Amino acid sequence: MVKYLIIGGSAGGVGAVEAIREVDPTGTIALISEEVFPQYSRPMISEFVSQEATLATMKYRSEQFWKKHNVHAYTGKTALNIDFDKKIVKLDDGQKLEYEKLLLATGGRPVVPQMDGVTKEGVFTFTELASAEGITSKLQHAKSAVVLGGGLIGVSVADALVKRGIKITLIELNDRLIHVVLDEKASELAETVIKATGTKLILSQTVKQILGKQGNPNEVGGVLLQDDTIISCDLVVLAVGVNPRIELVEDSKVEIQKGIIVDRFMQTNIPDVYACGDATEAHDFLVKENRRLPLWPLAHVGGRVAGYNMAGQTTEYEGGTVMSSMNYFRLPIISVGKINPEDSSEYEILVDVQPEKPVYRKIVLKDDVIVGFIFLGEVEKAGILFRLIKNQVNVAEVKEKLLSKDFGIISLPETVRKEMFVVH
Amino acid sequence: MKRISVKEDACIGCGICQVYCTLEHSKSKDAIKAYLKEDPKPVSRIRIETNKPVSMSIRCQHCKDTPCVYACLAGAMTLDKKTGLVIHDPEKCMGCWTCIMVCPYGAVKPDSSGKIIAKCDLCPNLDVPACVTNCPNDALLCETVEE
Ligand SMILES: Cc1cc2nc3c(=O)[nH]c(=O)nc-3n(C[C@H](O)[C@H](O)[C@H](O)COP(=O)(O)OP(=O)(O)OC[C@H]3O[C@@H](n4cnc5c(N)ncnc54)[C@H](O)[C@@H]3O)c2cc1C
Ligand code: SF4
Ligand code: SF4
Repeated sequence: MVKYLIIGGSAGGVGAVEAIREVDPTGTIALISEEVFPQYSRPMISEFVSQEATLATMKYRSEQFWKKHNVHAYTGKTALNIDFDKKIVKLDDGQKLEYEKLLLATGGRPVVPQMDGVTKEGVFTFTELASAEGITSKLQHAKSAVVLGGGLIGVSVADALVKRGIKITLIELNDRLIHVVLDEKASELAETVIKATGTKLILSQTVKQILGKQGNPNEVGGVLLQDDTIISCDLVVLAVGVNPRIELVEDSKVEIQKGIIVDRFMQTNIPDVYACGDATEAHDFLVKENRRLPLWPLAHVGGRVAGYNMAGQTTEYEGGTVMSSMNYFRLPIISVGKINPEDSSEYEILVDVQPEKPVYRKIVLKDDVIVGFIFLGEVEKAGILFRLIKNQVNVAEVKEKLLSKDFGIISLPETVRKEMFVVH
Repeated sequence: MKRISVKEDACIGCGICQVYCTLEHSKSKDAIKAYLKEDPKPVSRIRIETNKPVSMSIRCQHCKDTPCVYACLAGAMTLDKKTGLVIHDPEKCMGCWTCIMVCPYGAVKPDSSGKIIAKCDLCPNLDVPACVTNCPNDALLCETVEE
């Protein structure tokens, strides 16, 4: 019998192992991971493709991590099913593991749109090391690529491929890039920066078919767009989204909507079964509801909280919200919270635009409390605003200063400031 | 654990701490070479904030709850359990700015290459950090605090 069993060894699984060991140095931990090298930084697969990172530098934790934390790591193995009544997980090699507490840190699975030609050679998704290795192995003979999807993952792979000298066409169905975290203006500025690298951007458009190569119809030769334009290319990367991986719980008593539902202690509706990360719908501190927030820091912290609770140290999950930071195409952007409020009459919006740099900073307030911001081009001090959102601080007194050069901790009400510096 | 605290009333916002911080984090430790010739240029890990008549010198607080460590996408920020210091590994940093997003002090910034971050490391090679030694007004204090 294993005391703690974890399925998935990425951000969430690692967070859980570290937290459990802080509380319980000896209880048995076993971890199952389909990936042979689980403890790598998933967001760094684009740096791997661009050759800015190697397998060695993209390690999120060292190879000795499992050993050091006394974890029995079943790597390269898939958990096939779970008997929640008997508390047994069955692996693909026939082994059965009995557990006391279980954590589902199974992450997400890339969406593959149904269309003609998706099975052709040269079509990739982009969510794991294996896809990055697959793409890398093709690059010697590839000159051009189509990236379908202008979200964070699509932009990250486009950036990496541009750095490798590949001609890119980026196709996005929405009328702006990374539409969850950018507004029109931010997207417009990002588009200018991206186009300057020779990348072609096609918005409000999608691919309806992947075409074969002349002479070899099984290999990618191009794509056919909805408006019947044909774009020839040697590679297609599908980056249209990631869905929670819930196949292990789909026909069980575990409550799911799109993702596994967890409470503030990262526990599912089944006792002793916890979940975290991309597989879940967890607390959002801004909207105060459960929602899908597939983000690395939240998966890691969610895993930590699950770990503490599994080991008996009651810990509440603070929650997260829509929050993204990126530095692709050398354009730093940080976006947090509600940046595109639907009913603008209830919100106050402060803006600083310097298109020539480009710099664009926008802060959204409701009743003198910051609910969201975008910092593009200049990201310093973003964390101070993040804290103001998280703590719902009333900023009426300092509103005019929020976007000034001099804004800082010193602008905050003395009580807030003093509380911050009595840390030690 | 070593910590720096700021006496708000004594700080005059002169920026000398920034100059010495930049120098200490340069390769040459020579002001002229550091500012004119080094590539990437060394950057100060301190920010001076002014809200007249008050000024304050701000740097990484080596927080106990380490939001930047939990958020780091690369495993480049770690907490050294022995010293309580939050350490940044430039070799692993992917320059994603996630730590900038979550640091409540705004104490992290991109370095001059724009590819990785820079933040206070409490001058590991010195007994007393350079900013503290060189503050003309004794506005900075280096203390050893209990865990
Ligand atoms: C290219 C890219 C860039 C990204 N950039 C950012 C970014 O800048 N910022 C950010 O916050 N987030 C980013 N993300 C998202 C981030 O990587 C995810 O939110 C995070 O990885 C989620 O962690 P997780 O532990 O929940 O799941 P995952 O990292 O998906 O890990 C789950 C693991 O469980 C394994 N697994 C699943 N089911 C089973 C099973 N039945 N048996 C065995 N093993 C199983 C999987 O193989 C996988 O290894 C990016 C993602 C990608 C792909
Ligand atoms: S970088 Fe910021 S969040 Fe991290 S320890 Fe320093 S002050 Fe705290
Ligand atoms: S910028 Fe570097 S240190 Fe900061 S979160 Fe990203 S990888 Fe970690």
